[in-house]
Amino acid sequence: MRQFTTDDLTAIMRGCAGMDQSGGFNGAELHVSYSDLGYDSLAVLEIQAEIQRRFGIPVGDDAMDAMPTPAATVSYVNTLLRAGV
Amino acid sequence: MSAAVITGIGVIAPNGIGVADYWAAVLSGRSGIGPISRFDPSPYPVRLAGQVAGFDPAALIPPKLIVQTDNWTHLGLHAAALALADAAADTGALAEYEMAVVTASSSGGTEFGQREIEKLWRHGPGHVGAYQSIAWFYAATTGQISIRHGMRGPSGVIAAEQAGGLDAIGQARRVLRNDASLVLTGGTDASLCPYGLVAQLSTGWLSTHHDPDLAYRPFDPQACGYLPGEGGAMLVAEDAGHAAARNAPHVYGMIAGYAAAFDPAPGSGRPPVLEWVIRAALSDAHVVPGAVDVIFADAAGVPERDQAEAAAIRAVFGPGAVPVTAPKTMTGRLYAGGGALDVATALLALRDGVVPPTTGVRAPAAGLGLDLVCTEPRPARLRSALVLARGYGGFNSAVLVSAAPAASGGGGPNKEKEAMTCGSSPRTT
Repeated sequence: MRQFTTDDLTAIMRGCAGMDQSGGFNGAELHVSYSDLGYDSLAVLEIQAEIQRRFGIPVGDDAMDAMPTPAATVSYVNTLLRAGV
Repeated sequence: MSAAVITGIGVIAPNGIGVADYWAAVLSGRSGIGPISRFDPSPYPVRLAGQVAGFDPAALIPPKLIVQTDNWTHLGLHAAALALADAAADTGALAEYEMAVVTASSSGGTEFGQREIEKLWRHGPGHVGAYQSIAWFYAATTGQISIRHGMRGPSGVIAAEQAGGLDAIGQARRVLRNDASLVLTGGTDASLCPYGLVAQLSTGWLSTHHDPDLAYRPFDPQACGYLPGEGGAMLVAEDAGHAAARNAPHVYGMIAGYAAAFDPAPGSGRPPVLEWVIRAALSDAHVVPGAVDVIFADAAGVPERDQAEAAAIRAVFGPGAVPVTAPKTMTGRLYAGGGALDVATALLALRDGVVPPTTGVRAPAAGLGLDLVCTEPRPARLRSALVLARGYGGFNSAVLVSAAPAASGGGGPNKEKEAMTCGSSPRTT
């Protein structure tokens, strides 16, 4: 089964959310909210849309609440992948 | 009432970035007109434009801001940063609600929009980015400058095609009277993508000439339309007392007068309003026509519009009475950026006592009655400059800038001109 990793998220954010091309997350940052990391709600929408496109999974309207941080995003997407939706 | 003075200039033009580079280009006649390279123009009748060369947004603007903004906003953000630096305005130290942003935009984020439309055609609605919702919008540049520099006073955007840059400056002065002590104003535009260019073609006013030296020659007997350009200028407009209190390093001049009006509907038989607008701007500044030392023309490059502008100038000033110039021949018409760049150029002309040239024109068409400054710069004693702009759709605006009041660091009064003014306080409003 396909896994969604922090590296996948980093690549997506470099592509669509203006993350520095050399940027990434240290351990603590994975648990910081997108807003505190400097990404606004439109950036999170962009990230969700890109996940949807690349992984072929529907990211629903509840996703914004379900993935407030990078770590929560990774776990939420893997839940969807495991459920085979 | 305290005067509104200009204390900072940020230029981002096809023939130069920054005041020094741009002004040197203008005085030496260096043009920024060339073949369009931002996209393949070969399928289109217009293939030349003024493009800003050597501008690398990635080196100047944070990546998170770049992804959510159009090229026109990148240009505006950089021009704003240059203007604030030139003014030595420390926005972090000034009262955030006393600083405002009023810019002009004529076409919004067309290049960004073009990319998203292409994703829609090729891949479907799920591929259109969320940032399209804010990147296209006319107010995006104002908003992003406001956020970036923490300028939270009464801000806005004006969309009035080529007249918008002057209207923004007029609005900045209004805001300074009531609600703010410093306003970042001016405008940029960048509509050099297929969608943006095609939208401009509908006027029928663009030049389809393919020689960069001959394509845009306003007032010339061979005038054949104008070329578009990208870029513009941002200015720091400031209450004169505020500028003096913080020892602003430059006071380029003051916004002495402003007026705007709409042309009557086509077919009404009534005359265009430009003459009225010129008179209204002079009246607003409490000066008579003889106090104007140079005119920066709208310079449409379309013969009948050139004739209409020349007629308005003749009616107010008399034939050949005031030098007229249009250095925008070196940049193309910049739409919302055009009026702002002309005001910046006028202030530099006042500072250095020189009228920049209308390059590419050897002599104006017979019968226009214009003293057009062609080819070479002309040294002159300049105390005030009138800037004109007309926007597609009937917009007409005029701004009169004059040398700063003596108290703010400007030169002494010009006795000869003062004697010709009609108000008791001709240089301050």
